[in-house]
Amino acid sequence: MRRLSLGTWLLPVYSALALIFLMIPIVYTFVFSFNDSLKSNITWRGFTLDKWLNVCAVQNGAVCEAFGNSLIIGVVATVIATTLGTMIAIALVRYRFRFRAGTSLLLFLPMATPEVVLGAGLAAQFLSLGVPKDMLTIILAHTMFCISFVVVTVKARVAGLDPALEEAGRDLYGSPAQVFARITFPLLLPGILAAALLSFALSFDDFIITNFNSGAVTTFPKYIYISASRGIPAEANVIASMVFILALVIVVTAQVSAGARAKRQARQG
Amino acid sequence: MAFAAFSSTAAPPTDAPPRRRSKVALLLLLPGILYLVLFFLAPLVSLILTSLQAPTEFGDIGMYSYAFRWENYVAVVEQYWPHILRSFGYAIVATVLALAFSYPLAYFIGVTARKWPLLQSLMLVLVIAPFFISFLLRTLAWKQILSDESFLVTSLKAVSLLAPDAHLTGTAFSVIFGLTYNFIPFMTLPLYTTLERLDLRYLEAGNDLYASGFHTFRTVTIPLSMPGIVAGTLLTFIPAAGDYINASRDFLGGADTQMIGNVIEANFLVLLNYPAAAALSIILMTVILVIVGVYVKRSGTEELL
Repeated sequence: MRRLSLGTWLLPVYSALALIFLMIPIVYTFVFSFNDSLKSNITWRGFTLDKWLNVCAVQNGAVCEAFGNSLIIGVVATVIATTLGTMIAIALVRYRFRFRAGTSLLLFLPMATPEVVLGAGLAAQFLSLGVPKDMLTIILAHTMFCISFVVVTVKARVAGLDPALEEAGRDLYGSPAQVFARITFPLLLPGILAAALLSFALSFDDFIITNFNSGAVTTFPKYIYISASRGIPAEANVIASMVFILALVIVVTAQVSAGARAKRQARQG
Repeated sequence: MAFAAFSSTAAPPTDAPPRRRSKVALLLLLPGILYLVLFFLAPLVSLILTSLQAPTEFGDIGMYSYAFRWENYVAVVEQYWPHILRSFGYAIVATVLALAFSYPLAYFIGVTARKWPLLQSLMLVLVIAPFFISFLLRTLAWKQILSDESFLVTSLKAVSLLAPDAHLTGTAFSVIFGLTYNFIPFMTLPLYTTLERLDLRYLEAGNDLYASGFHTFRTVTIPLSMPGIVAGTLLTFIPAAGDYINASRDFLGGADTQMIGNVIEANFLVLLNYPAAAALSIILMTVILVIVGVYVKRSGTEELL
């Protein structure tokens, strides 16, 4: 059985090289978090653990303050977006209603709009309403672009839910609230958690929309943008590396547990 | 055969949601939809209104009043047409490069590596790994790697692959390179998703009918992976066209690589010329929607052929 002859050895070698290429800036950022740098972190000046041990020491803790702001914004925006998005996802799959096409379009458009347009649009609205830009406007902006991604993620989970399980709950005289809390919600939870993680990641790494709506508030990406011209301290690399490792652990854990679940289901037939 | 035909027409139970308790549906939908109307649709309307504003008479810089000054559009196109063209040019090149880079990789993960699920998940984690490191820091990392003093550039100059006075950063090359790198995961993931579901028996059929590997690839694999190609190219093209990080002077760009995003940012946040920024945003969004619409339609009909 011959398939594409190209696939015998060229393809694996190419794929390995491609993945190594994708890793280059990650390794670079990680390595330079150990650089014994002064103001800017461009040339290698020797290995140190100082930056990891005293992350918040630099510039009176400006890096950590920006990081803290990003965390707060990410958590609040994620909670709101995940709640609103999950409700929409359930309605879209489970109910028929008028303006269904319009609703889908309204959910699709924010994902098809360039971030710079979303950012400038909100900023123009806040400007014309006289709303001062601060933490709240950033949260409002982040929630907006996260909702659609939550809907897409949770919708797949709702669609895969066996309605018979909820019917069984109703047949056993469970109230709608009980059925939701004891059956629907636990079954949707993996999808909701995945959506929340995605939403947090989008919010945490967003710069473009934030830049238009943040006023004087500094988030972690905005801090990097502002410092880019005069040099980024190695502490920024430390925080980015910590976030990277944390994200990697979460994703690998999720993959392994999903794999174990699939195996268990396969064994049970 | 009959069984296969039967199973393909049997619709999944969730395809036709029952019409029940529309009040509940309304309660579930209303908060989220209202939110998007207030913070997505309304801002677009205010962007259109802002784009038509005129400077307030005797007002300060950054003072504008509502008007119907459509000349704003003419003015920004006259002033910024090179940036507009450059944005779409860069975005198209970056999208094509990302597709060329990602397709073999996605094919290997989705088709060849099927026998080894562990390898498959490991490779997928590596594909999305760039998302976990700050977008700005990974772009800055490339700036350092491509900078004039870097190991890469000095060695390229030593072996005369690069002229002694040439630069990599601040050029169209580095901006397109950055755009391509940063959006590769957006291309690879949808490609992987469709290729993972590719039925290998179709490829075997092509082989059995004495088609060459290339011919089978062109007439079977590519059309079957069209949904992934369409999704991947859109997910790459849209953010690339509006991006202004890679083209920014502090990152991979230079004075003559500025894209539409850079001029929107400069007009809005630095020059306080809100109508110009708004008009450019509307132009960017309209062109993207038109391109997306035409592209989806065309690729859809091609799929049917």
